[in-house]
Amino acid sequence: MSLAARHLEDNGIPTVVFGCARDIVEHCGVPRFVFSDFPLGNPTGKPYDIDMQREVLSLGLDLLVSAKAPGTTVATPYDWSADHSWKDKIFSKEQPFLDPEATRKWLERKDAYRALKASGKI
Amino acid sequence: MSRETANHVRYIDKTRAYYEAEGYGKPYEWAHFDHIPFTPFAAVGNPLSQCRVGVVTTSEMVRRGAEVGPDDPRRLVYSLPTDIPVDELRSRKAAYDRYATTLDDVDSYLPLTHLHRFVTEGRIGAVAPRFQTIHSEYSQRKTLTVDSPEILKQMREDRVDVAVLTAV
Repeated sequence: MSLAARHLEDNGIPTVVFGCARDIVEHCGVPRFVFSDFPLGNPTGKPYDIDMQREVLSLGLDLLVSAKAPGTTVATPYDWSADHSWKDKIFSKEQPFLDPEATRKWLERKDAYRALKASGKI
Repeated sequence: MSRETANHVRYIDKTRAYYEAEGYGKPYEWAHFDHIPFTPFAAVGNPLSQCRVGVVTTSEMVRRGAEVGPDDPRRLVYSLPTDIPVDELRSRKAAYDRYATTLDDVDSYLPLTHLHRFVTEGRIGAVAPRFQTIHSEYSQRKTLTVDSPEILKQMREDRVDVAVLTAV
């Protein structure tokens, strides 16, 4: 996603990225970034919180216009919950990131992709 | 250092530790560049109220009720019309924090309803007729040489002025 933003920007289209993985996006480097300190999945506001969603999008539109330099991050003012315990078990054995079915599909896809690559089809 | 900077989740460190513990060898090298491209908004030449906004997401959207074929191993960029009501869309994305949240509300990661409302209110000029799904890829080469050029091509066809990208 960050790479796509960079490509659009390189070709004259101003971009704003909305995301929850601040370290990954900033490590790559994108022109404009709206960061929500939320679990992966809701980069444009909490589910069913219409006012928050509208405000987060609005922050991004403001940033599109106002950013003076690349690599500008704006953090939304919202907390996911009063405590931050949701952060504790991310990518842990108790809470594997993908469920077994998704992991199986991911491994299948990887094999299929490698086969396509080996045969010169991509 | 602000509070949110101090506390945000270190996904790079966490995934490295996680996959090392799972027995994977070389850790993934996340994309990193010293230079960041930049097109100032002024270069567009129009106020936001006259801009057409393109939308890209990693949320792997499909129409509800539509027959979904087998996964395409090439995982190419695809697009859907932006005028589909969000209630008729759903995400097929498996990689999100399924312990803490859901992808049940499309506007929490693909804010089409709000974008259309901003058009009505005159905040933006228009929403592009279609939005693009890009897959989160292990291969940065594919994202750079296949997916990103395809998104640019579609946005140029749609005469997009500025783009909103949502990373699920």
